[in-house]
Amino acid sequence: MFSYSKLSNKYKAIVIGGSAGSFQPITQILSGLPESFPLPIFLCLHRLKHVRNGFVEALSIKSVKPVLEPHDKESIKRGNVYLAPANYHMSVELGNSISLSTEEMVNNSRPSIDITLESAAFSYKDKLIGILLSGANKDGALGMKRIKERGGLTLVQDPEECTIKTMPQAALESTEIDMSLSTKDIVKFLVELDRLYKVKHEKI
Amino acid sequence: MFSSGKNMYDIEISDLRKLIQLVKDKYDYDFKDYAMSSFKRRIKRIIELYKFDSVDALVEKLTHTPSFFEEFVSEVTVNVTEMFRDPSFWVVVRDEIIPNILSSHNKISIWHAGCSSGEEVFSMQILLEEMGIRDKSHTVATDIDTAIINRAKNASISQKNMELNTSNYERYQGKYVLDKYFSKNKDRYHFNQDILSNVSFRKHDLVKGQVFSKFDIVLCRNVMIYFNQTLQNSVLKTLHESLFKYGFLCIGSKESLIWCDISNKFSVINNEEKIYKKSRD
Repeated sequence: MFSYSKLSNKYKAIVIGGSAGSFQPITQILSGLPESFPLPIFLCLHRLKHVRNGFVEALSIKSVKPVLEPHDKESIKRGNVYLAPANYHMSVELGNSISLSTEEMVNNSRPSIDITLESAAFSYKDKLIGILLSGANKDGALGMKRIKERGGLTLVQDPEECTIKTMPQAALESTEIDMSLSTKDIVKFLVELDRLYKVKHEKI
Repeated sequence: MFSSGKNMYDIEISDLRKLIQLVKDKYDYDFKDYAMSSFKRRIKRIIELYKFDSVDALVEKLTHTPSFFEEFVSEVTVNVTEMFRDPSFWVVVRDEIIPNILSSHNKISIWHAGCSSGEEVFSMQILLEEMGIRDKSHTVATDIDTAIINRAKNASISQKNMELNTSNYERYQGKYVLDKYFSKNKDRYHFNQDILSNVSFRKHDLVKGQVFSKFDIVLCRNVMIYFNQTLQNSVLKTLHESLFKYGFLCIGSKESLIWCDISNKFSVINNEEKIYKKSRD
């Protein structure tokens, strides 16, 4: 359920995981973002390992902001959208940069959502929002648990709305997820968040 | 207390610092400037693999059991690699880089810095063999990890990995079928040792920065991603010194020289495949 009480301007970053059936909701989210959205967004979406090109372009078509595939140790900038590149894990590094790695696959995946989520939770602690979308395996469930343990906010796409609900369902079973929202409400949440930051900014 | 399996506790930075200090003092290996996110996962992996109940227990083991250290190094370093990773990179090496070098040299010298289990070495030797110039080449392949060097020398690949290697080789459009270079024994594929006749494998720690020779091509793909920027800068200095002027440096497809101190001493040859040329001493 959508809850205004969960909104806060303490957050510093958003991390989103998705797999099978997540292209449509992620496109909807990226096209609904306010242009001024102030937080960096990390996307970890399962993708073909050997196809380097095409995906980031496909996501960029409808996205309000450009979607970037970061290089290793690229500095994190506010308001940027970062997509985990093909065949690399993407982590948030302490010291505000992104690390890539070719470590073993996790949950049969590289990039693995758990890796991106866990590293982001470690860096941002309670100032992180994790969002998990449609998918056919359990990658991301452990990462969502870590976000929750460190005091961050956890959202999943409403399993009823998902093309394949295994992924958000697994997170719901292992962690007390804060909100289960339709894609439309996820967008609404992000728009409200943006407004809150603007208010904060105007006050200053 | 740690619970078992993948839901164990998260490791804290202070635990890692203690471990890094011990390894430095006792074994003279320095992991201080490794990228923290992946280093932490490697330590977590070791703890799970050997069923330690904390980082402290691992520190204890390393303090009292020197023989365990080699295994530790093997597990801390990432040894996931594939033959012809990024086939389009290998196409550029075959069609542009090697011909460029041979237009002004009779011989070609190659260094694989951080060769892991050798897949890139095998790929390069196949490339040279298929161009008919392997006898004009000399290759040095190095890694920090003795066990993995032995695995590379042994050159045996599992059935599962062969599938990926084969599909990469097909995308690279090699001359033959990849199987031609292997003999099969049960579920292992053994690389034809004759094709490794111009390769010498050696132990070398990039962190220590020792320059031991000069090369026409240095391949160091997806190795520096495990280091922080400070260490990347110092390793790049070593790689730069190890190249002849106008020699080529190849790094991973998502690595970049843009932010490093030494970027003005290289020019970009192929930005998509991350191939650079040493343009200044």
